[in-house]
Amino acid sequence: MSAPLLAVRDLAVRYRTDEGDVPAVRGVSFVLDQGETLGLAGESGCGKSSIAGALLRVLPRGTEVTGEILLDGEDVLAMKPGRLRAVRWTELAIVFQGALHALNPVQQVGSQIAEAVEIHGQSLTQERVAELLELVGLPARRARDYPHQLSGGQRQRVLIALALACNPRILVADEPTTALDVMVQAQVLALLEQLQQELGLAMLFITHDLSTLTHVCRRIAVMYAGRIVEEGPSEDVFSRPAHPYTAALAAAFPVIGDPAFRMRPSGLGGDPPDPRAIPTGCPFHPRCPVVRDECARTDVELWPVADGRRAACVRVLDGPGAGTA
Amino acid sequence: MTALAWGRRKRALAQTWAEYRRDREGMTGLLVLGGFVAVALLAPLLADDAQLSAVNTTGNEVWAPPGEHPPLGTDSLGRPIYDQLVYGSQVSLLVGIAATLIAIVIGTVVGVSAGFFGGWVDAVLNRLSEWFLVIPFIPLAIVLAAILGPSLRNIIFVIGVTSWPVTARLIRAQVLTIKQRLYVERSRALGASSLHVMGRHVLPNVAPLVIANATLTVPVAILSETVLSFLGLSDPLRVSWGSMLEDAFSAGALGREAWWWYLPPGLCVIAVVLAFTLVGRALEAILDPRLRAGRAG
Amino acid sequence: MSVRFVVGKVLGAFATLAFVLVFNFFLFRVVESNPVATLYRGRNLTDAQRDELTRQFGLDGSKLEQFVRYVEQTLQLNLGRSYATNRPVIEEIWAAAPQTIALVGVATVISMVIGILMGISAGWRRGTTQDRVLTSTSMATWSTPDFWLGMILLTVFAVQLGLFPTGGIEDPTSGATGFAKLLDQAWHMALPCLTLAIAYVGEFALVMRSSILDVMREDYLTLARAKGLRDAQVRDRHAVRNALLPSTALIAINFGFVLSGAIAVETVFSWPGLGLLTTEALRGPDLPMLQGLFLVFSASVIFFNLVADLLYPLLDPRVRYS
Repeated sequence: MSAPLLAVRDLAVRYRTDEGDVPAVRGVSFVLDQGETLGLAGESGCGKSSIAGALLRVLPRGTEVTGEILLDGEDVLAMKPGRLRAVRWTELAIVFQGALHALNPVQQVGSQIAEAVEIHGQSLTQERVAELLELVGLPARRARDYPHQLSGGQRQRVLIALALACNPRILVADEPTTALDVMVQAQVLALLEQLQQELGLAMLFITHDLSTLTHVCRRIAVMYAGRIVEEGPSEDVFSRPAHPYTAALAAAFPVIGDPAFRMRPSGLGGDPPDPRAIPTGCPFHPRCPVVRDECARTDVELWPVADGRRAACVRVLDGPGAGTA
Repeated sequence: MTALAWGRRKRALAQTWAEYRRDREGMTGLLVLGGFVAVALLAPLLADDAQLSAVNTTGNEVWAPPGEHPPLGTDSLGRPIYDQLVYGSQVSLLVGIAATLIAIVIGTVVGVSAGFFGGWVDAVLNRLSEWFLVIPFIPLAIVLAAILGPSLRNIIFVIGVTSWPVTARLIRAQVLTIKQRLYVERSRALGASSLHVMGRHVLPNVAPLVIANATLTVPVAILSETVLSFLGLSDPLRVSWGSMLEDAFSAGALGREAWWWYLPPGLCVIAVVLAFTLVGRALEAILDPRLRAGRAG
Repeated sequence: MSVRFVVGKVLGAFATLAFVLVFNFFLFRVVESNPVATLYRGRNLTDAQRDELTRQFGLDGSKLEQFVRYVEQTLQLNLGRSYATNRPVIEEIWAAAPQTIALVGVATVISMVIGILMGISAGWRRGTTQDRVLTSTSMATWSTPDFWLGMILLTVFAVQLGLFPTGGIEDPTSGATGFAKLLDQAWHMALPCLTLAIAYVGEFALVMRSSILDVMREDYLTLARAKGLRDAQVRDRHAVRNALLPSTALIAINFGFVLSGAIAVETVFSWPGLGLLTTEALRGPDLPMLQGLFLVFSASVIFFNLVADLLYPLLDPRVRYS
């Protein structure tokens, strides 16, 4: 058996701040194979975006990253700077969130795409930029525009074109549809789906919107307080959540037109825990609607629920069918 | 003001102090500053002001280098450098603080009015700050001194009147964000008068920023005082570090290499200015909401 | 950048200039009905002398007449005659301005380049020893009175070591001409220039450092690193360019103020520029000269503010196209 394209083992990320260390990711493992799609869901602050940064080691200086990130069997965390720069964008590229200042405001978008192409030593840059823009449905003349001249949807397309510049095998999409209006969201999602299939990309799709993932990804993993709390095939996880947190997350984003989702109350109060003070036992227990006495003491881990499905909830141990509220 | 609100203020103050103590540079600044304030207040005990007047120093050696007596040497008229340094701290701190008070009061009134009332009041006040920002203040001070005669009061006035626009702009921006917050809207909806809203909600919220800004205005004012005194615009009867430098320069101390006369006043200025700057930056880091937000991100 | 934008900014500058004119006019009149009385207090003037002075200063007639006359004359660049030399004020200022512009121009450019580089390397390596050393150096030079620094440098390099002249613009005994004369002047300018450069470098460094820190939080830097750029490429191509934007405005505005900021340093080095002219006028006191100098100093600030306003859109596409 050959090594998977991307294997993340026991990844942990700790930020250093003036007020002490902040553990954002606390032991996450997953595997992504050629052409596969994996969704990573969770509320903001659960650590999902830190994972994207860790994969290419672009987190702030001084951030402690441990575990293994095996790209074709080679550990990204152990790479020398030169090798790391060569791998960045050619093997794995990130689609940044367009609503943020991911594009340099004082450079034409074309030259920002061209920069990636040039850095990795490809010629015929201008032709490549035009080709990439057309690939994401933008006219080639847009290359001379500055980011503020583009709409939110167009900026997001530019960021997708930018990510594809060096023909990466893995695409990490970090909240690519956040802050776009619904119609544009759907277009961007369709584009990503189409490109993933046409180019045979492996894709890690990060979002807080669980329902989005069920359309785009074959498998999903749900994160809470720096850990994966449930994983499995997306349809199963979404329609029959085994973890009460997944259930709440699924209910928070009703599928339009489906009365069942509209009727089900979200029922999730409170905020995600402060990473500096994560509750003991199951970190979700203070917010859990079906909490038990033992939850504050038991260290939960990913227990098998069914074929290809695992969840970190003590209820899973009760047996099939006892999973959720 | 209820007891509850006071308790909240006190806790906020205690928390600010706890945060401040962790700032090593800020604490160093505070310590140095405390030393200078103590010297200024205790000047009559530490030094002899009779020695500041050349009439009383005829018996002293002139141009005496530092040595046994007097310890820091004397100037061209036999006045001991030590006594001048001690009394000079009074003028520097007085001018620095008084001028800052003027600037802060004008700046806060203008900034709060502009931000709170908006509309034409804002437009007019903005234009006014822009105008005052372009007035080069050393020439202005020179002109005023030429017209009004050199005095400490004029120096304070000039520095104060030319330093407020920066404060006003800062406060205006802060008031605008506070205005957005719900509770001000709510107070207005409940029929509270502008004055009430301003006194109850806006002023307490901009106060921390005003304090941090004031601490950073004082060193600028002290530096200005030094320059203006050096140019001979200060009260001729009061010794300041700037006037010591002027005396030394015009008496030809440079050619005689009488460094003990003009080196110490400059070092004192640097120490006080640095101390205020360190304290101001430490306060700003804790109290300025923009910097706070940045630090968290 | 639209024509309307430029015209608007230029008109704004003229409005500010008009304010300065009014301010300048009243500054010399509002305090007392006749400043001649104040300026020459303690001296015995005959009535005839007093009337003559009053007329000379344009203080006869009603306030409105005086103001109209003052504005008319100023617009014709007639700033009156110096009381000390009896030459037109504008001529004296013209004669002194090149020396000041050369001195502060060279000093500002040097300190700007060094200061910006210091700020970049301090901010980019925030929290390191390098940052701490650069930042405390910057704060120390910012806290130092420039003329005092001049006095110290003068003592060490001119008086003790004899490496540089102690003051003035040229050696009056040498009689050098042409290039040798220019070299002699540069030699005389070295110490005052060094003084001002050191005095200004701290502020430039601190401003640039905080701009860099602001920019460092931006996502496009993370993206640039993720693309595979080297650290230095990320800094030079993306961080510096964006961090320079807010600094540019501040730097241009600073240029306007340095003209009058060198007054004390020029005095220390007897550098025959606008600063020395000002301190000499103060001793008179030479009222028309002071009034003229004040106008010129204010106008330079306004001019450089305008330059900053017009320069900014050229550097920032967001402003250019909106």
